[in-house]
Amino acid sequence: MTAETKIVPASGFDVERIRADFPILAKPVYDKRLVFLDSAASAQKPQAVIDAETYVYESEYANIHRGVYLLSQQATVAYDNARKKVAGLLNAASAREIVFTRNATESINLVASSWGRANLREGDQVILSQMEHHANIVPWQMLREEIGIELVVIPINDAGELVWEDYEQAFTSRTKLVTMTHVSNALGTITPIAEIIRVAHGHGIPVLVDGSQAVPHMPVDVQALDADFYVFTGHKLYGPTGVGVLHAKAEHLEAMPPYQGGGDMIATVTFEKTTYADIPQKFEAGTPNIAGVVALGAAVDYVEALDRQAALDHEQALLAYATERLSAMNSITIYGTAAEKAAVVSFAIEGDHPHDIGTILDHEAIAVRAGHHCAQPVMDRFGIPATTRASFGIYNDFDDVDALIDGIARVQEIFG
Amino acid sequence: MSDLRELYQEVILDHGRKPRNFGPLEDANREGHGHNPLCGDKLDVHVKLHDGVVEDVKFEGAGCAISVASASLMTEALKGKPEAEARALFEKFHALTTGTEEIGLDELEALDKLAVFSGVRDYPLRVKCATLGWHTLNAALDQDEDMVVTE
Ligand SMILES: Cc1ncc(COP(=O)(O)O)c(C=O)c1O
Repeated sequence: MTAETKIVPASGFDVERIRADFPILAKPVYDKRLVFLDSAASAQKPQAVIDAETYVYESEYANIHRGVYLLSQQATVAYDNARKKVAGLLNAASAREIVFTRNATESINLVASSWGRANLREGDQVILSQMEHHANIVPWQMLREEIGIELVVIPINDAGELVWEDYEQAFTSRTKLVTMTHVSNALGTITPIAEIIRVAHGHGIPVLVDGSQAVPHMPVDVQALDADFYVFTGHKLYGPTGVGVLHAKAEHLEAMPPYQGGGDMIATVTFEKTTYADIPQKFEAGTPNIAGVVALGAAVDYVEALDRQAALDHEQALLAYATERLSAMNSITIYGTAAEKAAVVSFAIEGDHPHDIGTILDHEAIAVRAGHHCAQPVMDRFGIPATTRASFGIYNDFDDVDALIDGIARVQEIFG
Repeated sequence: MSDLRELYQEVILDHGRKPRNFGPLEDANREGHGHNPLCGDKLDVHVKLHDGVVEDVKFEGAGCAISVASASLMTEALKGKPEAEARALFEKFHALTTGTEEIGLDELEALDKLAVFSGVRDYPLRVKCATLGWHTLNAALDQDEDMVVTE
């Protein structure tokens, strides 16, 4: 495909208008138009999110769940509203099922530490995939050290798809949990998460879904999925850093011991005995990231105000165009060619190291990720140390793809 | 922002593509292992130290153009140098690439070909690439066989 036969953006999606919502995109980098292709690492923020965070500090700030005065009440209401918004975004059965954390990493650690320690014994097995982010590997390895659980890793095929037969056959009498990504950050693969959950539940096994890369791209319905735990991180959803989400079925949260102890998570405290607060407060010890949570609520509003199908179609069109143009170039290998992919392309240029590629593209104000993407087992699977990754968000356009292709041509020119 | 060509000079591209003194060194008596987790680069440096002189030095591994070229040029610069001189050269190279100190003219002269790495100082994230081989060499000379990790 050439630049002349570009795929026309899905109707109803005005990317120019979206771009205008993101102030950073209007700021030149090295006097050039910023081509931001690293949203999978962290997305840029719309003005509405920046304003929401500022507004809290300028007009409605006090600690929550404590003061009887107006400001504290306002802050508490704003905080609790954000929880309702996130519950709505995921279609959770209730806002009580939403716990705010620092990021997806902490959400997974919370489950490993609380649910894991309460439910896992030596020799028990946790099933995960070869394409997990380190955040969904290391907490379970720590439990392996501590308790002696076993990790059962389901391989991926050359396209970067879960080997389904291996998954179906992985269940034993010792299986206690499946913890799996919804979308791979390194490869873009969308896993058949509904089927994964259905199979696990057929064996009576709960499932944790790492939705960090899914929520920014597609509508997620935790009730339709019947997910036991679903985590994501706010900063990839155009929200602020420092806020993550754990959704868990109320029955799990109620049965789980607290993760951390302190203020806000208790009902009564004496030196003899403490009773814990109800969920979700039981899991939110200490003063939370109040302004960040409120700003995440604004990010949810922002995303939900979009025509999400049109946004998804737009990103998929960018992915198809980028894939097509990269495939037409010499000496380029794309890693991750699953049938179902989110808007992420990982690639290698023969003979050129991702770090050098990243530096040269940076010179053209093109921001890509170069490295192992916190998924070293994926790199090992393909026998490579690193890849260059371009990932797309709602604000990317076809010019961004063209700039990437031109930038790669420049890399090949320099390295000959 | 400086010109890319200043970073990727012809010498660097050449040594990155065709590293010299690349491979195992049979009678090496000093070994260093280096790793940059940020980009996955891994280098091993093999040294044959005899009577306080670097008689031979080779390296192996995989990395970006900057780290491979730097290790390659390092091996060329070190062969036949007394250990103390090798270490002193590392100090000068470090100063050159990090830009922490002004480099005098005689020092530039001592660095000779290695001076092509001066452009790296404009790329703080890439300094670790240029110095990975050198840190690994240092560990080898110190007889420290633990992995040297730069990030
Ligand atoms: C799939 C996946 N899981 C987990 C994470 C961890 O997110 P955070 O660093 O915000 O905790 C990331 C982001 O890097 C990710 O891509």
